[in-house]
Amino acid sequence: MAEPVLSLRDLRVTFPTPAGPARAVRGIDLDVMAGESVAVVGESGSGKSVTMLATLGLLPKAEVSGSVRYNDTELVGADVDTLRSVRGRRISMVFQDPMTSLNPVLTIGKQMALVMKAHQPELSKKDCRSKAVDLLHQVAIPQAARRIDAYPHELSGGMRQRVMIAMSIANDPEVLIADEPTTALDVTVQAQIMELLQTLRVEKNLALVLITHDLGVVAGSADRVAVMYAGRIVERSPVRDLFADPQHPYSRALLECLPRLDQKQEVVSSIGGTPPNPADLPTGCPFAPRCPMALPSCTQAEPTLVRFRTSEVACNIVSGGDRAEAQA
Amino acid sequence: MPFLLFGIASIVFLVSRLTPGDPLVTIVGERNLNNPEIVAAAKARWGLDQSVLTQYGHYMKNLLHGDMGTSFTTREPVVHDLWLRLPATLELTIYALFGGVIVGVTLGVLAARHRNKFIDHIARFFALMGSSLPAFWAGLLLLYVFYARLGWLPGPGRIDPRGVAPDKVTGFYTVDSLLQGDFALFKDSVMHLILPATVLGWGVVGIVSRLVRASLLDEFSMDYVRVGRAMGLRERTVVNQHALRNALLPTITIVAFTFAFLLTGAVLTETVFSWPGVGSYAVDASRNLDYPAIIGVTLLGGTAFLLTNLFSDIAYAFADPRIRLS
Ligand SMILES: Nc1ncnc2c1ncn2[C@@H]1O[C@H](COP(=O)(O)OP(=O)(O)OP(=O)(O)O)[C@@H](O)[C@H]1O
Ligand SMILES: [Mg+2]
Repeated sequence: MAEPVLSLRDLRVTFPTPAGPARAVRGIDLDVMAGESVAVVGESGSGKSVTMLATLGLLPKAEVSGSVRYNDTELVGADVDTLRSVRGRRISMVFQDPMTSLNPVLTIGKQMALVMKAHQPELSKKDCRSKAVDLLHQVAIPQAARRIDAYPHELSGGMRQRVMIAMSIANDPEVLIADEPTTALDVTVQAQIMELLQTLRVEKNLALVLITHDLGVVAGSADRVAVMYAGRIVERSPVRDLFADPQHPYSRALLECLPRLDQKQEVVSSIGGTPPNPADLPTGCPFAPRCPMALPSCTQAEPTLVRFRTSEVACNIVSGGDRAEAQA
Repeated sequence: MPFLLFGIASIVFLVSRLTPGDPLVTIVGERNLNNPEIVAAAKARWGLDQSVLTQYGHYMKNLLHGDMGTSFTTREPVVHDLWLRLPATLELTIYALFGGVIVGVTLGVLAARHRNKFIDHIARFFALMGSSLPAFWAGLLLLYVFYARLGWLPGPGRIDPRGVAPDKVTGFYTVDSLLQGDFALFKDSVMHLILPATVLGWGVVGIVSRLVRASLLDEFSMDYVRVGRAMGLRERTVVNQHALRNALLPTITIVAFTFAFLLTGAVLTETVFSWPGVGSYAVDASRNLDYPAIIGVTLLGGTAFLLTNLFSDIAYAFADPRIRLS
């Protein structure tokens, strides 16, 4: 089997807060193979962004432990120069809000040039410019040669996200982490951006880590899915299997939240209750208080990921074989 | 803007006439106050025998023609006096402003990058001193240390008292001396500028460095800064090329206010350093109840303030593309 390009092992992130340590990420294992597409889904606050930011060492105030390996380079606890040589060059990131992700007082050409110069200092101004125009072409921005001198506020949200994507692939990375790249955009634009990411992934053999809280986005664009809850992965499956037969009650609840074409429902149902506060986690399974299938034993020990058919699931009921019983 | 100045002139005129005190002391001298003939003649000569309202109307009419009256003390037209002294003040203020802004921005950046570390505390202390030390006291202290004790820098005045001022082109000695190729004089005028400009500019450093630090810290929490870091930019690039540009926008506005601060500061600084500018003129004028001079100085200050505000608005619009293009 091939080696993963990016490999997280028992990654943990704790924020010191006035209310005590907030354990936002509590032991994540994730492998990303070259050129594949992995989705990480979960409700707001489940720790998706924190996981990815910690991967690139972008959380100076947090306590990070465990291991993040890019090929043979360990990134947790790495020095600034090592991290800098990976950020944007090997592993790149696209953020959620294209409105605020670009600097309002610099032209997009200038911002792209800064990104290129960070890893290719030998490039001349002219090289940067022609490369930037070329990149804007690749992300399908019309009139790229003119747009390069535009300021962010002169572009629409979708265009800005395209610019962000152009920037993120400017140094030919191997892994692209897209953190809810379409959440802030119009529905029509969302599909275009997802399509663009897929095209680039195939053309450039990029590994794509797609973070989202929208399972609908995942269906057409990922090979594997990891479902996160309260800082942990609770289910890991091939996309097809997750949609066909979700194992974890939380995954199932997420799927039920999806608006379905055959039901024409106006209001999208949502999971009752709220995710736990990372500074004050319940004992046992963190989903138990909201879980429709919870048994008294669920509040005793927190389950770990266990192989179940084609998936891995962290649920006492499922792995304990009590599932049928509980449903009955 | 002309209306504003008109208002300022009116207020200052009325306030100055309502202040207790007798300008005749200045005009005729204390000894002659008992001589009714001389007093009456002086009153008639300066128009002080008319009602305040008539005087006011008269003054305003002249003002429209660019005439601010004649100083009781120098017996010269106020406009002439101001014109003569303005370059000295401008030279001092501009060096203080530019020096203060450059040092202030540098300190602000250092403080923000090393927040809550040693450098930050030092910068805060330095800034605090700048905004709380009275110019008078700081000026005397610096003069004492660097002139009287160490002898590193020259004493008060714009140039060595034995020297000859350069021919007036701009009125800035540092410029005019160069224009006539006199490097010794240039050096002399620069040396004379160091202490008063430091005293005056220190306050600017205080304001600007605190502001730059605060707005930089704001910018640091912005998404585009995180994006820059995630793209592998050097911290130096993230700060200087990305965050600082945004952080300087509010600074542009503040510099206009700083300028007002500088004008008041100039009064004290010029007095301490015997700087022959508008500030020391203002002190003399108010000490002698020299009405025309007082109003003249106030109007000049008001004009300067309005002009800097206008200038900062333009500069802001120029620096912020979101405003420039809309
Ligand atoms: N700097 C921080 N200090 C303290 N707590 C933090 C910090 N950043 C994030 N958290 C906490 O960590 C938890 C996980 O946040 P994270 O941003 O990873 O969620 P997410 O899954 O990305 O959600 P979303 O869908 O809203 O982006 C949240 O409870 C959040 O409050
Ligand atoms: Mg997030």
